[in-house]
Amino acid sequence: MNKIELEHVSYVYGPGTPFEKKALDDVTLGIRAGCITGVIGHTGSGKSTMMQLLNGLSAPTDGRVLLDGYDINGTPEQLFDQLRDLPEFRGLSRRALKKAVKAEIIKRRRALCFRVGLVMQYPEYQLFEESVSRDIAFGPQNMGLDEEEIKARVLEAAKFTGISPELLEKSPFDLSGGQKRRVALAGVIAMRPEVLVLDEPAAGLDPQGRDFIFEGISRYQKETGTTVLIVSHSMEDMARYCDDMIVMANGRLLMQGGCKEVFARISELSKVGLDIPQITQLIALLRERGLEIPADIYTVEDAVAAVRRALEGRKEERA
Amino acid sequence: MKGVAFGQYYAAESPIHRLDPRAKVIMAILYIVCTFLCKNLAGFIALVASALLLTLFSKIPLRLILRSLRPILVIIIFTSIINVFMTRGEVLLTPESWKIKIYAEGLWNALFMILRISILIIGTGIFLTYTTTPIALTDALEYLLSPLKVFKAPVHDFAMMMTIALRFIPTLTEETEKIMNAQKARGADFTTGSLIKRAKALIPILIPLFVSAFNRAFDLASAMECRCYHGGKGRTRLNVLHYRAVDFVAMMLVVAFGVGLFFLNRYGFGYTLS
Ligand SMILES: Nc1ncnc2c1ncn2[C@@H]1O[C@H](COP(=O)(O)OP(=O)(O)O)[C@@H](O)[C@H]1O
Ligand SMILES: [Mg+2]
Repeated sequence: MNKIELEHVSYVYGPGTPFEKKALDDVTLGIRAGCITGVIGHTGSGKSTMMQLLNGLSAPTDGRVLLDGYDINGTPEQLFDQLRDLPEFRGLSRRALKKAVKAEIIKRRRALCFRVGLVMQYPEYQLFEESVSRDIAFGPQNMGLDEEEIKARVLEAAKFTGISPELLEKSPFDLSGGQKRRVALAGVIAMRPEVLVLDEPAAGLDPQGRDFIFEGISRYQKETGTTVLIVSHSMEDMARYCDDMIVMANGRLLMQGGCKEVFARISELSKVGLDIPQITQLIALLRERGLEIPADIYTVEDAVAAVRRALEGRKEERA
Repeated sequence: MKGVAFGQYYAAESPIHRLDPRAKVIMAILYIVCTFLCKNLAGFIALVASALLLTLFSKIPLRLILRSLRPILVIIIFTSIINVFMTRGEVLLTPESWKIKIYAEGLWNALFMILRISILIIGTGIFLTYTTTPIALTDALEYLLSPLKVFKAPVHDFAMMMTIALRFIPTLTEETEKIMNAQKARGADFTTGSLIKRAKALIPILIPLFVSAFNRAFDLASAMECRCYHGGKGRTRLNVLHYRAVDFVAMMLVVAFGVGLFFLNRYGFGYTLS
């Protein structure tokens, strides 16, 4: 069952101006529920644009975005027809109904942000509260939850993102870059969205910070079963943490499928300037030299196991 | 918005775009004088013709130029109404018995006033905002105002401040948009509720915006110090402005136009402003 579907989605920046730019061009794809889907593509291939369509922040110029089968950008006219038949709206005058539709649209827009949690690229700049815990609580507060629940969610989100209790009372502006990133991430996780969308969550972090973020996300996904989308440049991380992959190139969908299927099409990936994981390149070199190991290896752990197996096989042959 | 220049600058290759920005500032001032020199119908016909010619030369779409009048539409309408109703003249257009009296002179005055204000705006637009980037404009102002340095006026510092401010307007706009989107994604609501509630809703935008603006300012200051920037004294320029012959010719043309208008005032035809 697909959680999210894009149907012939196009997006144009600045239509009708000299700076008009088609960032997405007829993209049709589906994202499986309860999986981690990786989105890769060159800079400017439209990844961030696509992510911002998923929670209704912007509406596609063309095409539809479906969440659980419903168009998230249903037009006022469509909503009008839907609401007219509901019992609580029956008997309202046309003007009152129009007003109700307007209010309903705003309500649904916001509700959508809570259902599809978006962590933008370099989210550190969104921190503003006086303490980390209050900043994480901003989302849940906007949802109108009560104090107890908010507290519980802040602690839970802090746990998943590895924010220690003493950090919670600090000012977010006193944290390191990596810590800020985790606070921003926690601020979205605390809303417990059905879909978690992360735009380059590890960009600009040191390797340790990267692993920390990805491990946290992976743990969170396993425990909650949330549908997760991760935009990343790093094939290594994708291979390691993702179930499915989407490859974008120049605003178009290039490939979609399981990780292994996508990496199997190496030549096409390198044509659009994307690198396959370094370990896979190493494996290819080893195979050229005659080591008998399978080609579809994408993580260092798998490679170690495979090479060990191959070497032991040789030893036995010799013995 | 990415790649969108601040202000109204319209990127094109035209003779006017290529003129030296200093020459354009001077021409804009001269042209403003010209609009005030016009006194009679002949003069205003010449003025309108000159504006059309400029538009043609600058390669800016007429639609865009007319759009620049929108912000002052209210002023135009207001002054023309006053002119129509308040001018006393000799040729009465309304019947004697009416309380409101409209004279032909009033209509002429209103028409001339509309033309004068519109062409003033259009002219400065074509010479300055549409065809000159804001940065080039500050450069030009620095050159033109540099004689004031004798009186210890901080001309260079002022120009540098302008340049930096202009440079960062698009950056900050983009950043505001990003922050707004990020807070919206966390359910921030800027559009509903009482005035106080809405004002409060701005806090999550303003604080990050200020923090990042200050950080940028500190970074920029450090970067400038690292490059040994210490104000205007003894500083040379990367892009030195050079007058070319065509700049002088262009300025002379505007002067000639002014002189022409002066003679049209004397020997022209049509209704004449008092
Ligand atoms: N706010 C904007 N205004 C105009 N063009 C934009 C804007 N944001 C992105 N673009 C353009 O849209 C294209 C896709 O951008 P983006 O979705 O950010 O790519 P990615 O995240 O894959 O690097 C790029 O060519 C970019 O220049
Ligand atoms: Mg991006």
